[in-house]
Amino acid sequence: MAGSSNGASKSRWASGVAPYAEMGYYDADYQPKDTDILCAFRIVPQEGVDPVEAAAAVAGESSTATWTVVWTDRLTAHEHYQAKAYRVDPVPGTDQYIAYIAYDLDLFEEGSIANLTSSIIGNVFGFKALKSLRLEDMRIPPIYTKTFQGPAHGIVMEREYLNKYGRPLLGATTKPKLGLSARNYGRVVYEALRGGLDFVKDDENINSQPFMRWRDRFLFCMDAVNKASAATGEIKGHYLNVTAGTMEEMYERAEFAKELGSVIIMIDLTIGYTAIQSMAKWARKNGVILHLHRAGHSTYTRQKTHGVSFRVISKWMRMAGVDHIHAGTIVGKLEGDPNSVQGFYATLRENKVAPNPVQGLYFEQDWASMPGVMPVASGGIHAGQIHQLLHYLGEDVVMQFGGGTIGHPDGIAEGAAANRVAIEAMIQARNEGRDYLNEGPEILERAARWSPALAKALEIWKDITFDFASTDTPDVVVTPS
Amino acid sequence: MRITQGTFSYLPDFTDEEIKAQIQYCLNNDWPISIEYTDDPHPRNVYWEMFGMPMFDIRDPAAIMQTLAECKATFPNHYIRISGFDRSLGRATTALQFIVNRPANEPGFHLERQEVSDRQIRYTIRSYASEKPSGQRYE
Amino acid sequence: MAETGNEPNEQVNLDQAWSDSQIQTLLDKLDEELVGLVPVKTRIREIAAMLLVARLREQHHMATERPTLHMSFTGRPGTGKTTVAMRMAKILHSLGYVRKGHLVVASRDDLVGQYVGHTAPKTKEMLKKAMGGVLFIDEAYYLYRPENERDYGQEAIEMLLMAMENQRDDIVVILAGYKDRMDTFFQSNPGFHSRIAHHVDFPDYSLDELVQIADLMVRQQMYSFDADSRAAFREYLELRVQQPHFANARSVRNAIDRMKLRQANRLVRAGGSIVASELARIDAEDVRASRVFRGGTSAEHNG
Repeated sequence: MAGSSNGASKSRWASGVAPYAEMGYYDADYQPKDTDILCAFRIVPQEGVDPVEAAAAVAGESSTATWTVVWTDRLTAHEHYQAKAYRVDPVPGTDQYIAYIAYDLDLFEEGSIANLTSSIIGNVFGFKALKSLRLEDMRIPPIYTKTFQGPAHGIVMEREYLNKYGRPLLGATTKPKLGLSARNYGRVVYEALRGGLDFVKDDENINSQPFMRWRDRFLFCMDAVNKASAATGEIKGHYLNVTAGTMEEMYERAEFAKELGSVIIMIDLTIGYTAIQSMAKWARKNGVILHLHRAGHSTYTRQKTHGVSFRVISKWMRMAGVDHIHAGTIVGKLEGDPNSVQGFYATLRENKVAPNPVQGLYFEQDWASMPGVMPVASGGIHAGQIHQLLHYLGEDVVMQFGGGTIGHPDGIAEGAAANRVAIEAMIQARNEGRDYLNEGPEILERAARWSPALAKALEIWKDITFDFASTDTPDVVVTPS
Repeated sequence: MRITQGTFSYLPDFTDEEIKAQIQYCLNNDWPISIEYTDDPHPRNVYWEMFGMPMFDIRDPAAIMQTLAECKATFPNHYIRISGFDRSLGRATTALQFIVNRPANEPGFHLERQEVSDRQIRYTIRSYASEKPSGQRYE
Repeated sequence: MAETGNEPNEQVNLDQAWSDSQIQTLLDKLDEELVGLVPVKTRIREIAAMLLVARLREQHHMATERPTLHMSFTGRPGTGKTTVAMRMAKILHSLGYVRKGHLVVASRDDLVGQYVGHTAPKTKEMLKKAMGGVLFIDEAYYLYRPENERDYGQEAIEMLLMAMENQRDDIVVILAGYKDRMDTFFQSNPGFHSRIAHHVDFPDYSLDELVQIADLMVRQQMYSFDADSRAAFREYLELRVQQPHFANARSVRNAIDRMKLRQANRLVRAGGSIVASELARIDAEDVRASRVFRGGTSAEHNG
């Protein structure tokens, strides 16, 4: 307590460097409050550094502390503002520890991902006493999540808006990623949508380059979207990427997309958390679905011992308010351990997520009815894997087959139709109660008998798999019983 | 053309047995089922006409099939769809929806382009059939 | 079920067929649930046997016609008609005569509307809910009101008859009510009579059976009679059956509910400390306080 003069307080306030644990950043008896934000960090202390002290240091550096004792702490209710490490568990067989740290709600500004992240991952990741540090998971209480807008529309509203139910949505990223003229680019969009996809997508780095300026792209793409809609009687969309150098430019592009009647726009994670929150507000206000491409995330999500887990990014993005986010495919070409990815999907879609060590979920997360984010599975997937995709990822997901559509030997529309036939046949079989995961290839083969488009797709991609060990896996595995 | 709204538009038209299996799936999930019809299949025509109230507390798909047969007999040349509705917290929305009857001839849609300034175009989709009054569209 | 065959000399294993059908389990359950009712249980067993044989004959290509399954259950209230109907639905299901085996209970109010055009949708909805199972129409004679020739009940009757004839694969109808009134009803509506294959009469319970029922119910609720209170309850029943509105097992249940209330009052009024078993014991006093003993009528039909 400030101003008290007993012996303990003397050593606490003596000038110089004091251990963080002794300064109150570690408290094994601390009972986290329902309103606390809880974090699980994976820490690897430097040789000779006590793990409890390392955990306390993380708590200190991510809240009130600095490297030396400062008397100005005594002008504050410092014990209230100090984050508290309350549990440190060794990870068996490694030099890693999981440190659990509680932060009082008062440390954070309402409705600001920027503030939340500046607090929790602001400085501490460069701390020298640690070899490496990773934010594994966060428990964000409803009292804090309720200060955020949340998804502009959410899964249910998106489906009602698009009039599409009971199956995953299908998409594709226009290929080649770079170099097409706006007119040719629109051709890809039209063919894919006419053939049976629900969405086509700009890639993350399609912005406004010399070979194709954004306004031209928007005009040609929307002609393709409307033409495909008339050809099928379905609502179709193209994620028009509005990512740009300034907010003003992004708003300008988004407004233009809205004016042209696009149901959806797109942004990249690289624009930053505040820009994402602003675009989410814009998207809700203007009735446009907001797609987020997680460009750049692997620079900090992929390594198991350093960075921020994607399950944390998922939580931040649900709060920030996007409607779509790329969250892994399990079977495709990009990183994604099956259990971890299922944990991301649960975090994005469900209302109450129970702790699940197998899926890497450290805490219960109660979303208090905040709408779910539609996960997007994209990267190296094709029609022959539909049964696995449906099994792992479920129904509320956008499955994106870029190469798996555009690379079809009979053309883009045939490639799109192959994917649509495959997913519909698989949903039909699942609903009929069949063991579709095991009978998947047979179900597809049967559909291919009357769908030459699917037959060709299965033939050309039948042997394509991406079997590499994941770098980011939970510590706990299910032992076969 | 073939309108591809609904969960199963890219598969061959379902037999009665296949329809029954999907209805059973809905009933297993405790989803009430409704039958709706229309002769205006515009992609943004949300409210098709309800053929009676949504059917709650049904145990056997035969009951739905009977109502569907009545609907088909009354509106043989309309679009008819079956929807299962999930009332659970956080959903409260359609969970499955598929077309089970369509007109023999589907003329499709006309895309009208209105050219405005700055190379912009305003798009309107119009069903060829809806040029006639409702009830006389798919003779 | 036994394999299908075409050979008249082929062996048919009846024991196997009977145990495969699980009818015995269902009948055993019925025995546990319902005291007495021997004639009813015998009838149900006979019907089950007949249906099983019909199935076997069908498998051996002997019968072509599906047996008529609609039934009438007659008897006073509280004689177990609904419970037996529920088991019957399961038996029909286990033999494959209905697809789902659920029971939907309907009365006149569920079937007949008050306005023109109101009845058909109501009856249709009940029929749809019961599809794949059994539609149990309690006090079916209320559907027919000859005194009012514009009564909408007639519309419901016609729809039911049509369903009983044309949708025999989808639905089984059981009509229930007092014996005498059902007889009159069938006389005026021969269409029903001819479509019903099995008439099952539920007799009133004997005094001994009623005491047994009471014992069972009290045990199920973790209470107990002592010798005095059991004797008192028998006396109570002797008087009660003479009175109007006696509804067999239902009246027994109501009487037990009131005894539990009096027991609780007695215990609380006495206060002090007691052994726990006293919380379960029903005292003769709890029974004899009933106004039935004072020449009054039971409380169950006057609020």
